[in-house]
Amino acid sequence: MSTSATTIFSPETAARFDRLVTLYPVKRSALIPMLLYAQDEIGYISDAVVVEIAQRIGISELDVRSVLSYYSMLRTKPVGKYNVQVCTNISCMLRDGYGIMEHCKKRLGIGHKEVTSDGLFSLEEVECIGACCWAPAVQINYDFYDDLTTEKMDQILDDYKAGRGKETV
Amino acid sequence: MADVTFTVDGKKLTAPAGTLLIDACKNAGIEIPAFCYYPNLSLQAACRMCVVRIEKMPKLQTACTTPVAEGMVVQSETDEIKQARKATIELLLGNHPLDCPVCDAGGECELQDMTFKYGAAESKYIEIKQHREEQQWSPVVYFDRPRCILCYRCVRVCGEGMDVWALGVENRGVSSVIAPNGQDHLNCEECGMCIDLCPVGALTSGTYRYKTRPWEMNHVATICTHCGDGCKTTLGVRSVNDGVEIIRGDNRDKSGINGDFLCNKGRYGFDFANRTDRLTKPLVRQADGKFAEVSWDKALDFAAKKLREIREAKGGQAIGVIGSNRTTNEENYLLQKFARTILGTNNIDHHRTADYVSFASALNGKSGRTAGLRDTTSAPAILLLGNNPTDQHPALAWNLRSNVRLNRSRLYVANHAEIKLRRQAKSFLQIPQDGYASLIQYLGGNDGAIAADDNTTAFRDAIRKEESLLIVFGSEYRGRDIQALVEFGLSLPNTKFAALGDYANSRGAADMGLLPDLLPGYVPVNDAAHFVDEYGATLPTTAGLDLLQMFDAARNGDLAALYVVGSNPVSRYGVDPSALKNTFLVVQDMFLTETAQLADVVFPAANLYEKAGTVTNTYGDIQLVKKAADKAGVRTDFELIVRLADRMGADPKKLVPFGRGSFADMGQTRGAQSGEADRHAVWLAANHLEPKLSPFDPFATLDEIQRLVPSYHVSRLELLTGSEQPEKFDLVQIQPAASRRDLVLPAEDTLFTSGTLGRYSGMLKDIVESHTTPNPAETAAD
Ligand code: SF4
Ligand code: SF4
Ligand code: SF4
Ligand code: FES
Ligand code: FES
Repeated sequence: MSTSATTIFSPETAARFDRLVTLYPVKRSALIPMLLYAQDEIGYISDAVVVEIAQRIGISELDVRSVLSYYSMLRTKPVGKYNVQVCTNISCMLRDGYGIMEHCKKRLGIGHKEVTSDGLFSLEEVECIGACCWAPAVQINYDFYDDLTTEKMDQILDDYKAGRGKETV
Repeated sequence: MADVTFTVDGKKLTAPAGTLLIDACKNAGIEIPAFCYYPNLSLQAACRMCVVRIEKMPKLQTACTTPVAEGMVVQSETDEIKQARKATIELLLGNHPLDCPVCDAGGECELQDMTFKYGAAESKYIEIKQHREEQQWSPVVYFDRPRCILCYRCVRVCGEGMDVWALGVENRGVSSVIAPNGQDHLNCEECGMCIDLCPVGALTSGTYRYKTRPWEMNHVATICTHCGDGCKTTLGVRSVNDGVEIIRGDNRDKSGINGDFLCNKGRYGFDFANRTDRLTKPLVRQADGKFAEVSWDKALDFAAKKLREIREAKGGQAIGVIGSNRTTNEENYLLQKFARTILGTNNIDHHRTADYVSFASALNGKSGRTAGLRDTTSAPAILLLGNNPTDQHPALAWNLRSNVRLNRSRLYVANHAEIKLRRQAKSFLQIPQDGYASLIQYLGGNDGAIAADDNTTAFRDAIRKEESLLIVFGSEYRGRDIQALVEFGLSLPNTKFAALGDYANSRGAADMGLLPDLLPGYVPVNDAAHFVDEYGATLPTTAGLDLLQMFDAARNGDLAALYVVGSNPVSRYGVDPSALKNTFLVVQDMFLTETAQLADVVFPAANLYEKAGTVTNTYGDIQLVKKAADKAGVRTDFELIVRLADRMGADPKKLVPFGRGSFADMGQTRGAQSGEADRHAVWLAANHLEPKLSPFDPFATLDEIQRLVPSYHVSRLELLTGSEQPEKFDLVQIQPAASRRDLVLPAEDTLFTSGTLGRYSGMLKDIVESHTTPNPAETAAD
């Protein structure tokens, strides 16, 4: 499928997808990168995303869902503008990752995989994000914060709330 | 492949190299438990039940993925292995509800069996089981998630076997779950293969769930009454007030020509038999034009008297007979004998769905040229011309897919539509709807016959290179086109043929002479010497009226009586009811069909699941039909024909050459002694003997068929064992007729319809209604 007028993606992303499916010996290898780019653009993997990606690759929607549901970093519901991902795996756990998680819950008034009513923040407990040396660690969208304490966490959330947070894309 | 020698539990075994250890053991009678392994599906190695100890290998190995090797030394059941299997079961039971007492699979459950064997019912786990509500995915498929042990058999059979790919796995690890393609429902072919293969009760069937337990049913293996493939289906039946009802259609022993397969009709389309609106009393039209229920005596006498009067006043040519595609060979044979010797007419026909006559004459006397359904699982190359087996011959479609997948058979498909089987085809040629005849000319070497291009040339070259080809053709080919097709096929080194017709016994209807110009075995009516000798009666020698001519004659007032057995021509051929207003119409059927509604006398008839005899599928496989169900009030067509003949003053013994002077009844009537007679019948059946002492004995008629029709001279012993017997089509001697109306009207049934019969299946109707799009969107075949 070439970039068509009916695509739900931006022209850039659509063009990128056109190319992606040509890069691998089998088209379906493009599935995961496509899902990630789609999630970046749309915010989550909507039904419409599933439909279009399935069509582009020539596989069934069920195939797309099977892969999609395997990976916890792919989501099927919208998240907040800032998705706070708190690691509670072993290193972070030893350095009070759960404390950070609890603190965020209280501070934001939401639980795991929930979104604040203003849509600004969402919270998620995640597996190791590869920052063990500086545990406990948190990732907000694509930015890392490490060696955290509850005070530092408050500061970070305040910054985001005030629009001063980092926004790497 | 070369054989290798290895040792299992101290026994020296040999098997071809490459055989999986699990199969090699099974062949040697050593059972290795398996949940995820299923023969002929891709290997999964998900369950770890099949672990064995192989010397020199560090850990326990999965027998389902290990090919045997020279000198391999295997232990299949040691304490270590038992412990490992027990642990596996304990994990599986971690989330499995212990609801065996209500589960459909209870008694037939592989997990239950293994738990008994390895004793892991007590668990060390204290975690709470996750409960999920049962989900209905389609009218026939239900999913009970907690029971699922994630063996993925369902996913694989739906994808690899059915090429539907409607099931998948979502999530991962312990939260993995089987998911349907419509998110909360299935869009699929509704075959029920996933349910059949599920080792536990996670997938259950809409027709059977929570109805009974497996051990409370009797299981009778018989032949499906729907399409022309003739699958073996095992009906689970139990006694009810008014007879014996069918509760389940199943493929229990997988010994039939359909192997592992049954389509949704064979599995679920039996419910017409249990309907409450079935006719159970004879109906006779009264002076006020309304039907009244009357006794059998009255109805039979009335019909017989009228038929006799008409025969005497106007002669046999004023009477017509229309037979069925779903009655047994014996019934069809008996019907033509009744028509020809008692009614004195050759006006006999049936709804023809394939031109078997032209096929027989094209192959005249050539031996070894026809293929049974089983051959389609192993033929190295197959040319499929016309038809859409996925819809019309689901078992054939399954076989073709399996053959391509497992044996790398080469499938060539030419069709005017993009039929689904093109996905398995080595090459697919789309031709115009009227291009089937020209295609044969082209394949035979006439370059100008079609618009040729590189594609068509490659197609032709590939076919002509095949050293052994099976040509399967649909009813697009008739008359002279079949002749040309067969001639082309015979110009190749080693070709076999199969003609596709619809319905369970349409081949048998043609073979048994439900035709105005041909007697059983395609003997022309003017060449009836053998028949005259056997019957001790004269037969009319000029060809009678065909089905359409009969209705024309009725319209013109020239058909005084019409006897219709198990057929609905009024609906099928759009006959104007007024055409029959001056015709005395006798109809035998299960329901008050459009045809029966116009009748003067209606006899309630039994269906194929309620009688014994033989049927012949479209490939010429002759198979045994066993009586599974029973309905009080109905009679088999066989019995009805005999009774009618008797009341018309004919000698039943001449019609059915039964017994030699003995008058015992083997349980066909259900009197006070029926228990005893049934027990005797059971004993006879168990010993592969046949009771043959009553005028309603189909085997007495089969004897006669075998005397008169050489192509039916097959082993009775094998037939009674339940295996198919190929019709000896080379023994049919028939010269090509100069020109003959073939009158073929294909049934055009889809996966979920089955002629008039299908309309009386609630389950098929539900399925049709649940499929808003007649053909679920295809998914990629990779
Ligand atoms: S019923 Fe048949 S087609 Fe439908 S999901 Fe099950 S296996 Fe697949
Ligand atoms: S539903 Fe049945 S066949 Fe499918 S994975 Fe679960 S246990 Fe296996
Ligand atoms: S393929 Fe034909 S014979 Fe087999 S189960 Fe289906 S309808 Fe019956
Ligand atoms: S354990 Fe938290 S980042 Fe690795
Ligand atoms: S049968 Fe071998 S792992 Fe399941």
